[in-house]
Amino acid sequence: MQPLLLSHFTTTSCIGRGLTPTLASLRERRSGLQPCDFEGADLATWTGSVAGVDDEVLRDGLRAYDCRNNRLAQLGLRQDDFEQAVHQTVARVGRQRMGVFLGTSTAGILQTELAYRRRDPVSGALPADFNYATTHNPYSVSAFVRRFFGLEGPAMAVSSACSSSAKVFASARRMLEAGLIDAAIVGGVDTLCLTTLCGFNSLGLLSSRPCRPFDITRDGISIGEAAAFILLERVPGSLDANAVLLRGVGESSDAYHMSSPHPQGLGARLAMQQALASAGLPAAQIDYINLHGTATPGNDAAEGQAVAALFGELATPCSSTKGATGHTLGAAGALEAVISALALQQGLMPGGINTEQVDTTLAVNYLLDNREQPVSSVLSNSFGFGGTNCSLVFSRAG
Amino acid sequence: MTPLSPPSSAPLVVYIDGVGLLGPGIDHWEEGRRQLAGLAPARLQKTVLPAPAALPPAERRRAGATVKLALAIGLEALQAAGLEAAQVPSVFTSSGGDGLNCHEMCVALASPDKFISPTRFHNSVHNAASGYWGIATGSMATSSVLCAYDGSFAAGLLEAVAQAVVDGVPVLLLAYDTDYPEPLHSARPVPDTFGVALILAPQRSARSLARCTLHGDACLTGDPADQLADPVLEPLRRGIPAARSLPLLRAVATQQAGRVVLDYLDGLQLALDIAPCA
Repeated sequence: MQPLLLSHFTTTSCIGRGLTPTLASLRERRSGLQPCDFEGADLATWTGSVAGVDDEVLRDGLRAYDCRNNRLAQLGLRQDDFEQAVHQTVARVGRQRMGVFLGTSTAGILQTELAYRRRDPVSGALPADFNYATTHNPYSVSAFVRRFFGLEGPAMAVSSACSSSAKVFASARRMLEAGLIDAAIVGGVDTLCLTTLCGFNSLGLLSSRPCRPFDITRDGISIGEAAAFILLERVPGSLDANAVLLRGVGESSDAYHMSSPHPQGLGARLAMQQALASAGLPAAQIDYINLHGTATPGNDAAEGQAVAALFGELATPCSSTKGATGHTLGAAGALEAVISALALQQGLMPGGINTEQVDTTLAVNYLLDNREQPVSSVLSNSFGFGGTNCSLVFSRAG
Repeated sequence: MTPLSPPSSAPLVVYIDGVGLLGPGIDHWEEGRRQLAGLAPARLQKTVLPAPAALPPAERRRAGATVKLALAIGLEALQAAGLEAAQVPSVFTSSGGDGLNCHEMCVALASPDKFISPTRFHNSVHNAASGYWGIATGSMATSSVLCAYDGSFAAGLLEAVAQAVVDGVPVLLLAYDTDYPEPLHSARPVPDTFGVALILAPQRSARSLARCTLHGDACLTGDPADQLADPVLEPLRRGIPAARSLPLLRAVATQQAGRVVLDYLDGLQLALDIAPCA
């Protein structure tokens, strides 16, 4: 594939609003996970929530989109001058030539959960202030961002569970190569809600402690929330050495089970292989792998086998940053794309947090400490429910 | 600030090599083709979903309406195009998802114990139909799962056309919607279930029914979407987002060359040219 430039990016999660605090947390190996205190969820688990989401007031004219998910979206857009960068790009390419492709798993479904608690006791009707289209619907977050910037180009939401905001890079890549757009806002937004907290609880996949990816004692996920946005464009004539490029994309399906990965990680392996092939890079040239690494026994075992088979046992340094951020579900791909970009620009391979003793049956080179050294190429994995897989390769320009 | 005038881009050309269709009074594409071409009267009859025979028994029991619908239309389109699922990337697009499952889940979450069954939860993801598709067909090819509310069909069409042209492979597009029970129905009044599947191929084949051209920038237009004159089919087009595909299907059914305009996003429609391949 033709490489694409990540011309601007930002992320907001429980480890920080914007790039500076996010990087500081990674450097200082701080986790943002806390015991779950989400309203209505009486669960013995830990979550990665973003402070102040509910204090965010949506801009005038956009109040119909008011829900926790779009509040976090706006909070995220306002970090790192992302708003200004979008306006500058729009001024250059035109508002019809800018696409919006965002990933989310549950969008504003919390709004419907709350509305169901307020059903009319006699008729069962939902409250009159409930607006399905602008809150619950998966597209609501992309519609919100499109309106936030007054854009007139293509837009959609990708909702393929936990691969959602990795797969938006693939969609944007095809639209750019087809010549339909000149730039895209890609990313993901997902927020805490009872659907995911209670749903993963009934599957027995929530850890009662902060999640411990690839640890011998790992026993489940910690759910987090995040917003991450990236401006994606064709590569211009000259580039700063520190510029970050999307070099490769790989996508596959497990065709195995709705809620368990292929036991040998076959789908994961296909996605990684394709990402390397489309980047034109051998496995040996990947310096660091940001694993999907959810910390469930099954997911980590499948991914570990796939990575070892493709990169060699105990070879390429890798880690999961979900010990710091929690699993941000539909936003995880974009959040981890931004962490990968930081790794490339800062020469930082973030060591996994909470993990103490790596499961030796997973024959990968799992980093328990930060490693500071130049990083040229990173592979970032995102795999989801329904067996949907996406791997991305990012490289430093210089 | 005045935006720069956008650069022109090359036309995108794909061939429709197979169609799958299921909706109110329409059991398959041949039935729909005849209705759209005026050869048979459109019928007011509730959609009948076939059992998902392609799934193993355990999955078959868990499959909801979106899964049954997507399997029926997807397999019909593949068969018409003479393709095996294994190598064909898919684009799934739906304006919402399984409404009944969502309703049951929200009822449970509003109850004191908040217990939702594992099956409910795994059917709640927007990519449930895509996941079951992979299990039923054994296809490990990539599958995109999209939503653009009422413009979901056009969004899926753009994605599938871009993929077919850029990657040079036939792509299966599936657009589907199911009706919601009350009280959600009042907030999202989709009246019935409708699904359409298209095989979009980058090269013409002996099976090609029509050539479909998107003229780069000009495919996004402020022109109004085409309507249907038929008093049964036009309410269907307006009522179910996936049925916004009907003007395109009518052009294929009538074998007439011309421009088709489809509903897409607020204030923005998708225009394409259709030409018969016969």
